[in-house]
Amino acid sequence: MPSNVFQRIYTKLEAITKATVTLRATGVSNDELARVAGRLAQVVKIKKDLVTLQVFAGTEGIPTNAQVEFFGEPPALNVGEQLSGRFLNAYGEPIDGGPMIEGERRYIGGPSVNPYKRKQPSELIPTGIAGIDLNNTLVSGQKIPFFADPDQPYNQVMADVALRADVDKIILGGMGLSNDDYLYFRQKFEEAGALDKIICFINTTEQPPVERLLIPDMALTAAEYFAVDKNEKVLVLLTDMTLYADALSIVSNRMDQIPSKDSMPGSLYSDLAKIYEKAVQLPDGGSITIIAVTTLNDGDITHAIPDNTGYITEGQLYLRKDTDTGKIIVDPFRSLSRLKQLVINKKTREDHSQVMNTGVRLYADAANAKTKLENGFDLSDYDMRCLEYAKEYSTRLLAIDVNIKIDEMLDTGWMLFKKYFKPEELGIKQVFVDKYWNR
Amino acid sequence: MKTTGKVTGIVSNLVTVEVDGPVAQNELCYIDLDGIRLMAEVIKVNGNSASVQVYESTRGLKVGCNVEFEGRMLEVTLGPGLLSSNYDGLQDNLATMQEVFLKRGEYTPALDASAKWEFTPIAKVGDKVVAADWLGQVMESWLIHKIMVPFSFAGTYTVKDIVPSGSYTINDTIAVLTDAKGSEFKVTMQQKWPVKVAIGGYKEKPRPYRIMETGVRAIDTFNPIAEGGTGFIPGPFGCGKTVIQHAIAKQAEADVIIMAACGERANEVVEIFKEFPELIDSRTGRKLIERTTIICNTSNMPVAAREASVYTAMTIGEYYRAMGLKVLLLADSTSRWAQALREMSNRMEELPGADAFPVDLSSIISNFYSRAGIVILNNGQTGSVTFLGTVSPAGGNLKEPVTESTKKCARCFYALSQNRADSKRYPAIDPIDSYSKYLEYPEMEEFFNEKMEKGWVDKVLAAKNITLRGKEAYDQINILGDDGVPMEYHLRYWKSELVDFILLQQDAFDDVDCQTPLERQEYMLNLVLDVCNREYRFERFEKCVSFFKNLINIMRQMNFSQYKSEQFYKYQQQLLNTVENAL
Repeated sequence: MPSNVFQRIYTKLEAITKATVTLRATGVSNDELARVAGRLAQVVKIKKDLVTLQVFAGTEGIPTNAQVEFFGEPPALNVGEQLSGRFLNAYGEPIDGGPMIEGERRYIGGPSVNPYKRKQPSELIPTGIAGIDLNNTLVSGQKIPFFADPDQPYNQVMADVALRADVDKIILGGMGLSNDDYLYFRQKFEEAGALDKIICFINTTEQPPVERLLIPDMALTAAEYFAVDKNEKVLVLLTDMTLYADALSIVSNRMDQIPSKDSMPGSLYSDLAKIYEKAVQLPDGGSITIIAVTTLNDGDITHAIPDNTGYITEGQLYLRKDTDTGKIIVDPFRSLSRLKQLVINKKTREDHSQVMNTGVRLYADAANAKTKLENGFDLSDYDMRCLEYAKEYSTRLLAIDVNIKIDEMLDTGWMLFKKYFKPEELGIKQVFVDKYWNR
Repeated sequence: MKTTGKVTGIVSNLVTVEVDGPVAQNELCYIDLDGIRLMAEVIKVNGNSASVQVYESTRGLKVGCNVEFEGRMLEVTLGPGLLSSNYDGLQDNLATMQEVFLKRGEYTPALDASAKWEFTPIAKVGDKVVAADWLGQVMESWLIHKIMVPFSFAGTYTVKDIVPSGSYTINDTIAVLTDAKGSEFKVTMQQKWPVKVAIGGYKEKPRPYRIMETGVRAIDTFNPIAEGGTGFIPGPFGCGKTVIQHAIAKQAEADVIIMAACGERANEVVEIFKEFPELIDSRTGRKLIERTTIICNTSNMPVAAREASVYTAMTIGEYYRAMGLKVLLLADSTSRWAQALREMSNRMEELPGADAFPVDLSSIISNFYSRAGIVILNNGQTGSVTFLGTVSPAGGNLKEPVTESTKKCARCFYALSQNRADSKRYPAIDPIDSYSKYLEYPEMEEFFNEKMEKGWVDKVLAAKNITLRGKEAYDQINILGDDGVPMEYHLRYWKSELVDFILLQQDAFDDVDCQTPLERQEYMLNLVLDVCNREYRFERFEKCVSFFKNLINIMRQMNFSQYKSEQFYKYQQQLLNTVENAL
């Protein structure tokens, strides 16, 4: 962080809470950064000459005579090509032992794109995972979270998706990552030989939670640099947004704000929207796509965090363990990509939507058959075939360890239809049956 | 002399200002931040300290920054050129902004001052006029846009001078009016009006008495919305709220459509921006965008401007209503608006009501809904604002303050059900929970007797009853098993399925089925009731199931066929044969 000769220094704190300090100071601007007893802090409230700062690292051990220096500017990130391949902390400082980043300073959390200037997203992002590409196709400029329970391998899936996606830059914003997960990402990116297109902003559980609040804005400022200035396709991974929201509630609680639902701050929707709405397809070809993780409490999507997220993002992806096959699958019923119709059949083969819908419908029939079975009713021949189909559909298409091209997914779909069903049981348009049934 | 002040405190977008003169509640002010002027509105005054909510990011703002008060409230500019414009919540024209990113403190004019409009006078010299009386008219694309005596003019005026037919800009004087004392007032084609104040200037506001046709059967037939009526659509995410709103916007029998995208996804707004200019309006053959104004405050735009956006939209709606036009106002979503109120109330450290919403939430919402309505203008013509808002209840739970407050004032309730959405029964409007109070209005009943047929409302209630009884039967079948209930239960259930598949469900993406005119809705309701009212006897419930599945299939084909086409009658004949055979 810069220092300048006009830096103002104060040495008397009026009040200290767990996350904030208050002192008398003049000439302070809103959102400005400061250093309190060596720790970074940001101005969150000014009342005449009383200034309240949120101390990112917490206030443990800060004395009332701590030294406070104001920087005269909001949090910023140095942007440039040098960012590629770097691992940085929540303040944009290297944690990989490399040199400081040189480049243009950009304030983080900048303005939003004029909605009128946006382009409609239209480019498919292939991931190789059929549960995504076939049933819930991702589109560049989209924002979509994984809704997952904490024990599910969402970080692994996200790393796979990122490495397979055809993008110019991958930016990881890790919030409250366990150190093991951080090392996992690092190793995975290194192994893939993709380091040159990766930038990571990492806050681990070893670091103070309030620091996390800077991570999404840091990651997205870097993303905007590459997408706007360099017209690149950027994929931003944010994990875990639930921990980000928890940090928001800690700060608002310390500032004596009245909590709304689930002890979250009343501004949760706007706070999350500010982040997710940075996803954009720009007029000059650059794009920012956001894939996030929202961990759930025992699958509860009515909690304020997943609920607000669902209203902001363009769909959601659920992971689930299929007990019949033992595979982790992308749940075809509850997952939804709201932008998929912008690319399905337009950027993919003509039979895509029919194969997708039929595949899922048969899987639903299998689920009904299973309920019948469990309730002790007799199964029809159709039911039995559905159950067999479901097993293979789950292993060969829904499982997250699948990695094939979209055309191959469609062919696999047809192969399964043919193996277990007759064309008249499917209700697929005859032209497609004629063309693909016997391929 | 303008009142000025200095910033004394900042918490996010709530700023306190010490003022040196009088200020009014809701007065606008500009805060000067090193040459960037940030617009703000007074929301609380205490002694000489005013709390203002800033419509922009307050980053970098300091204690001591200069503030200038404007002596007026937040206003919209009204005049020809509003249609086909794309505004933000403060009526800045988004299309004329140069940069890709929204720049703080950049405000663009709402109307094009250089555009010329072909003006034709209506009033004559010597006419006595009052506020909202028509002085003349211009053609705004193909709509007749009335130029009115400004709404702010109190009392009676005499037309001293009016320009002849010709081409004028919005800044040219088109008339000179004199008041009782003889003072002269120049009138142009544009005027300003504060958004938080309802536009009056009409003779009376009767109870709504006729339907606003939307072409959606689950609305028009089952729970019709009246012209000038109010309704709301609550539903969890992913239930098709947006699809319904868009369908209504495209099909409704309105002259002017105002879409307020309030705190919603930017990519959805992009869809409107991209789709509407291409959509053909089926009633006029013109582009839909020509009669549409879009007010857009996406979720990442400043929260205070979000609150303003719904008022901006309503004021523009009232303006067109005063011209004797039918306006349809759609707001997606009013929950985001309420959340904006909550954020501000929270920052002002007001004591919170339920779920931390401000305690006066309910009265704010009902006050807003009350601005809709059909009115009889001074010249006897009618104009209307029909308002349909969506609500995004947290967790899909309808027992939350925004839904409950809205339910108290909106007369139509279109509950979207997660179950229906999950089983792909679209539109997911729940036939049992939803209601339209207008079905109970004697005026409306009379209207239906005229427009549709005598006893229409009873027929609608009969269809609703079939759905309700079907659901009860379904619950029993689920408990007792297929063979454990009398045949009557299966019949009841399948009759309700017939009503559901043929009348309630509608394919918004099918060229024919997406829009059903009232005449066709009447025909289909009669047909379905006719089929349901017959006595059927089946030996086994499987027979009943396959019989009704067959009927549903045939009648769906009818829905997909052009009304009264050869194909349509072919399926109808097939239907009647099937029914006769079963009796």
